[in-house]
Amino acid sequence: MSTALESKRPQFRNIHVSQIVGYRLPAPGMVSILHRVSGALMFLLLAVAIWLLQLSLASEPSFLRLKEVASQWWARLLFLALAWALLHHLLAGIRYLLLDLHVGIDKAASVRSALVVFVISLPLTLLIALRVFGVL
Amino acid sequence: MAIGSKRLVVGAHYGLRDWLGQRVSAVVLAVYSIGLALYVLFSADLGYDTWARLFAAPWMKVATLLALASLFYHAWIGMRDIWMDYVKPVSVRLVLQVLTILYLLACAVWSVQVLWSI
Repeated sequence: MSTALESKRPQFRNIHVSQIVGYRLPAPGMVSILHRVSGALMFLLLAVAIWLLQLSLASEPSFLRLKEVASQWWARLLFLALAWALLHHLLAGIRYLLLDLHVGIDKAASVRSALVVFVISLPLTLLIALRVFGVL
Repeated sequence: MAIGSKRLVVGAHYGLRDWLGQRVSAVVLAVYSIGLALYVLFSADLGYDTWARLFAAPWMKVATLLALASLFYHAWIGMRDIWMDYVKPVSVRLVLQVLTILYLLACAVWSVQVLWSI
């Protein structure tokens, strides 16, 4: 009898992948999901980051080799992805710490702070992109 | 969760610990990464010598190790949350969680070796 009852209970699941395109998130929602994406990206690239640290510290020749590796276009793209992920994760993280302290917790303020995250992280990423690809 | 002054009602109590750990490690990581970024930005000619000397200093080794310890704990909680949210079959989730721990432990051992080789 309990199973018959349980089967009628509504289930609230995460948004399905196929729904993502049609789903219009507000700014705080964008910050939130990108916080996840950037965190997962940095998790996956953690081994690469440690390898870069190793190259930079091991010896002078390996330091120079790092500079050589860094001039490859795929390395530049990878570095840019890491830079964006770090910037977004850091800024969104500071925003969450402030929200935990009940700073800017009402709706209007939280939309504003979410926009601030993008207004700082995206131009900085663009600036880094211009530097990395040698335009600036 | 304590009801009244004595009675403990539910749970294994890792929820609050992890929630707080996530935030404390976040503060450590924010301070460390902003500090390092400022150093890199404002050191005029960053060659191998300056860079290696920075990481050779004992206080920098300790600071970096603390930041890395925070990073691995922080990454574990975050990735565990992602697996718990999106991967429902227990067997798949368990495998992914074990792989996450092994990957983070391997990175931890490797990063210590990198730090103390300088």
